[in-house]
Amino acid sequence: MAQNESRAPKMTFSFDALMRALRYMLKNYGALFCFVVVCIAFSAFAINRSMLFTQILIDDYIEPMLVSGSTDFSGLAAEIVKLGVILVIGVLASWGFNRLMVTISQGTMRNLREEVFEHMEGLPLRFFDTHQHGDIMSVYTNDIDTLRQFYGQTLPQLVNSTITLVVTFTTMVALSVPLTAISVVMVVIMLVVMGRVSGFAGAFFAQQQTDLGAVDGYIEEMMDGQKVVKVFNHEADASADFRRVNDRLRESSKRANLISNLIMPLNANLGNISCVIVSVVGGWMALSGGWGLTLGALASFITLNRNFSQPVTQVSQQMSFVTMAAAGARRVFDLLDEEPEADEGYVTLVNAREMEDGTIEEVEERTGTWAWKWPHRSTGEVEYVKQAGELVMDHVDFGYTSEKTVLHDITLFAKPGQKIAFVGSTGAGKTTITNLINRFYDIEDGKIRYDGININKIRKGDLRRSLGIVLQDTHLFTGTVMDNIRYGRLDATDEECMEAARLVHADGFIRRLPQGYQTPISGDGAELSQGQCQLLAIARAAVADPPALILDEATSSIDTRTEEIVARGMDALMAGRTTFVIAHRLSTVKNADCIMVMEQGRIIERGNHDELMEQRGRYWQLYTGGKVGE
Amino acid sequence: MRKLFAPFALYKRDAVLSVIGTVGEVVMEVFIPFITAYLIDRGIEAGNMDAIFFYGGVMLVMAFLSLGFGLLAGYFSATAATGYACSLREAIFDKVQTYSFGNIDKFSTAGLVTRMTTDVTNIQNAALMLLRIAVRTPVMLVSSLVMFLSISTELSPIIIVAAIFLAIAFTLIVSNATRTFNKVFDTYDDLNASVQENVGAIRVVKAFVREAYEKERFRAAANKLYRLFVRAESIVALNNPVMMIAINSCIIAVSWLGAHFVVGGTMTTGQLTSAFSYVSQMLMSLMMLSMIAVMITMSMASARRISQALDEVPDIHDPAEPVASVANGQIDFDHVSFAYATGDGENVLEDIDLHIASGETIGIIGGTGSGKSSLVSLLSRLYDVTEGSVKVGGVDVRSYDLTELRDAVSVVLQKNVLFSGTIAENLRWGNENATDEELMNACRAAGADEFVERLADGLNARVERGGVNFSGGQKQRLCIARALLKRPKVLILDDSTSAVDTATDARIRAAFKTYIPGTTKIIIAQRISSVQDADRIVVMSGGRVNAVGTHDELVATNEIYRSVFESQAEGTGDFDVHAAQDEDVTAGKEA
Repeated sequence: MAQNESRAPKMTFSFDALMRALRYMLKNYGALFCFVVVCIAFSAFAINRSMLFTQILIDDYIEPMLVSGSTDFSGLAAEIVKLGVILVIGVLASWGFNRLMVTISQGTMRNLREEVFEHMEGLPLRFFDTHQHGDIMSVYTNDIDTLRQFYGQTLPQLVNSTITLVVTFTTMVALSVPLTAISVVMVVIMLVVMGRVSGFAGAFFAQQQTDLGAVDGYIEEMMDGQKVVKVFNHEADASADFRRVNDRLRESSKRANLISNLIMPLNANLGNISCVIVSVVGGWMALSGGWGLTLGALASFITLNRNFSQPVTQVSQQMSFVTMAAAGARRVFDLLDEEPEADEGYVTLVNAREMEDGTIEEVEERTGTWAWKWPHRSTGEVEYVKQAGELVMDHVDFGYTSEKTVLHDITLFAKPGQKIAFVGSTGAGKTTITNLINRFYDIEDGKIRYDGININKIRKGDLRRSLGIVLQDTHLFTGTVMDNIRYGRLDATDEECMEAARLVHADGFIRRLPQGYQTPISGDGAELSQGQCQLLAIARAAVADPPALILDEATSSIDTRTEEIVARGMDALMAGRTTFVIAHRLSTVKNADCIMVMEQGRIIERGNHDELMEQRGRYWQLYTGGKVGE
Repeated sequence: MRKLFAPFALYKRDAVLSVIGTVGEVVMEVFIPFITAYLIDRGIEAGNMDAIFFYGGVMLVMAFLSLGFGLLAGYFSATAATGYACSLREAIFDKVQTYSFGNIDKFSTAGLVTRMTTDVTNIQNAALMLLRIAVRTPVMLVSSLVMFLSISTELSPIIIVAAIFLAIAFTLIVSNATRTFNKVFDTYDDLNASVQENVGAIRVVKAFVREAYEKERFRAAANKLYRLFVRAESIVALNNPVMMIAINSCIIAVSWLGAHFVVGGTMTTGQLTSAFSYVSQMLMSLMMLSMIAVMITMSMASARRISQALDEVPDIHDPAEPVASVANGQIDFDHVSFAYATGDGENVLEDIDLHIASGETIGIIGGTGSGKSSLVSLLSRLYDVTEGSVKVGGVDVRSYDLTELRDAVSVVLQKNVLFSGTIAENLRWGNENATDEELMNACRAAGADEFVERLADGLNARVERGGVNFSGGQKQRLCIARALLKRPKVLILDDSTSAVDTATDARIRAAFKTYIPGTTKIIIAQRISSVQDADRIVVMSGGRVNAVGTHDELVATNEIYRSVFESQAEGTGDFDVHAAQDEDVTAGKEA
């Protein structure tokens, strides 16, 4: 698996992130992990004992028996039984830590996934707008995955190696100090050699990574434009260009792999050389006597010596995973460190009943009437304001970044039930206004009031619940048609969902689907036509039955029949609700109580259709098809 | 699969050298404990320092030989595996270049990209693994076994029993684990899909205040994944203990029996020591084999996907004796029916009989899915007809040399792209030898001159990948200019001015009259204004030609056309399109 480097992200090592990943695991699984360490220790101990057993076998039994000519194996039998018991414990310990690490690593992964997801759901829209969706996805698909390798394999391996190293070292020292010194020197040499080689390899891997990126980029670009390539007979040129980038990758990846392939034989044979030196020196020591080294001890030492250099090799093999995990952890924690959407709102939306004297009373059950529960901070009084859907924007300025204001001095007033249409070019700021009303973004200057309450005082969830929304890109969710409609109001009954569908004229097509309301939809509704998806999104908003609506009409297509059905659905939904509509359809605009003509973040004209036509300004120009100046 | 391995032949020499290196390396490694045994027996036990030096020397030489072999193997396995990967990538890329539109549709862009990136990387890793470990392990296994047997045949039953035990245990572990892992990967995909859904639809989630609900759903999915993963990995966690059981049992058995043999005089102490190392080497090799099995099963999926791409048969070929040039822009659809191979088998075009004179300007209008794009795609043989025939310049398109045909019939695709490079580089796709002057002329005709001239670098301005640094309308105009540079006999605009405002659209159409007067122009549009002044307008509906006529005739006689016209007549019916201004740098923010 050491060849996975090709997928390794940039080699910036982040020790902090790695430590944080470790702490994250220990937080929930600290005790269990301690137990794992104990198990690893037991297992390493058992392995060590089985190594040492050669010495006991030769020195304490075979040699004396050879000398004495005894054939009494009972002593040995007892010794072997003892070893057997230790080994059984070792096997159990080995199984124990392997099995427990599964729980620990997978449990940690699950916690991390959940936490990342939950945190992500709480992030402001700005985060999603300023990050590539692919990058966000990659945290789940790549970065958390690198931690799986780290928790599941690298970590126990490191613990194991450390313990083996310590245990082996201690035993070696007990057997012979001078020989241990030789082994240590050899291991140091190995470390130095490895360090140098991996230093080289690192640079080459970075180059390989860059070239791989170039190749991937070229492939993606060309596959995307493959049809254009064909139309322009550009196949041969494309192949030639590809060969150029691909050959660069061939060179750098050859070099990178070559260097990393050197590590294994270098290490193994430094180990062998170490073994030879220990054999020769040890042999001389055993023969010359006076060093207290027996033949059996030497035999054991030779095995131990190998065992001593092995963990070093193993740790070095894990290094690339450690680097990858550190980089992955960095990105995971970066996401977790993103500031979540703040919500200081304290005005909430409650079910209400209007008393005969006009006062409003809060009730438990759904009445279809809603009120804002507004606890005044200064007096401690609680005021109930009937939710009507009145919306005022008062001298609002806004910019996605502080350097660039995209909305300038927007002032508008929507009475309950009124329909406000926005028209203007793409980028004029229509969508931005709607983003502000439901507080996807917060304004810089000015005020927005909903039923007379500054929307900053309203709890975001309640504010958004009171505003239905139908976006131009209809996002549906995996599930049935019914599930998707119910998304608007989770406690809606099947009957209520169907009622909503009927209201917006979606019922007809749904019934004609193979399984009606229970037809499963995958992802973004690939099974349905664009118009059908839109109808479902409208039904979804209808079942929520909000007093106010934000609609982003789809750009009209020539498919007039579907468009008509969708339009009817929209009209049904809008009836009786305060509506902000980003309009593309003529009929929508004509029926609007007020049309806001936007350009470059300003409202440049306002009024109803007839008034605006009379002005013969931008609206008239848009309406008549840009014939101004002809 | 055969084609998958074909590029490997290029690296046969490297592969063979790598195998030789590996074999040598392993043989050395196996011999070293054997020499250690001699060192102990003949040197240490015999008290012979000369022997110690001799065998020590031999060991040292062997270690260096082993290092040499190791480096050889390392070098050539790297060149073979990485070279193979690059050639494989090249083979797929070249293969894709031969694909027709039909072939491309079948695979999807993402599918092809994955094949050339992730899948090739998987294969490269597998190749490297196989070259090194898969050669190493069996050699290790066999030579350890031989050495072990040469020490003592009496101990061999122990090994045989242990090997059988391990083989059975690993087979069970691997097969069970693979099965469970497949389930894990499915669930994993589901989980990722749900994340993707949430990231994409975050506005909906937030607008409906469904964060808590989504968290609950995710938690359930994450837990399911957790349970499956734990089940799968628990099986794999048995690997180590099983291995240890085998090794430990062998050590105990060898100790017990070995002690008897040594005491009985049929075996030396040194041999016993070596026997221990061979036992663990052999059993380790068996475990490696099980790992290789897992590795191979995992890369099989990639191998299959790559093979699909390589084995795909391009469904459009040059004819045996191609007609070399297109005479003029005359077009004849003779009773054409057409169905996409990837579709549900239903005809998207039904009995189209349409004849267009050279130089005519034809507008095509019709609803989504009415077959407009399919109809024009037959002209440059992007697809082949199912029935009937399509003629350009009086000759069946299937008789032309493809390159010639596509140079003569220039299509501006609906989903068009610009490539990273400069504007000039992009335009020269249309004509590599065009001078800057010619490029500017084409830009002028396509209405792209006004913004190209305003750019600091003019024609040499950078185009980012996918042309993201240009607005939709600018991109469309550059694509038109690129197509114009071919000086085609037939020019097809497939909804190519949808993001261009009506005035510019009209200017472009006017420019065509002087820039390419003799060219047959086919304009697919959604706006009546784009086709209104065409010589004839074709109304498509449900894969059939509903009516053909001039604007006035159609308004008078055709119901579909009239309803579209009326819906657009007063205003345009679409404020956005009309207002499409190229200066919208903030457009991205609005998405």
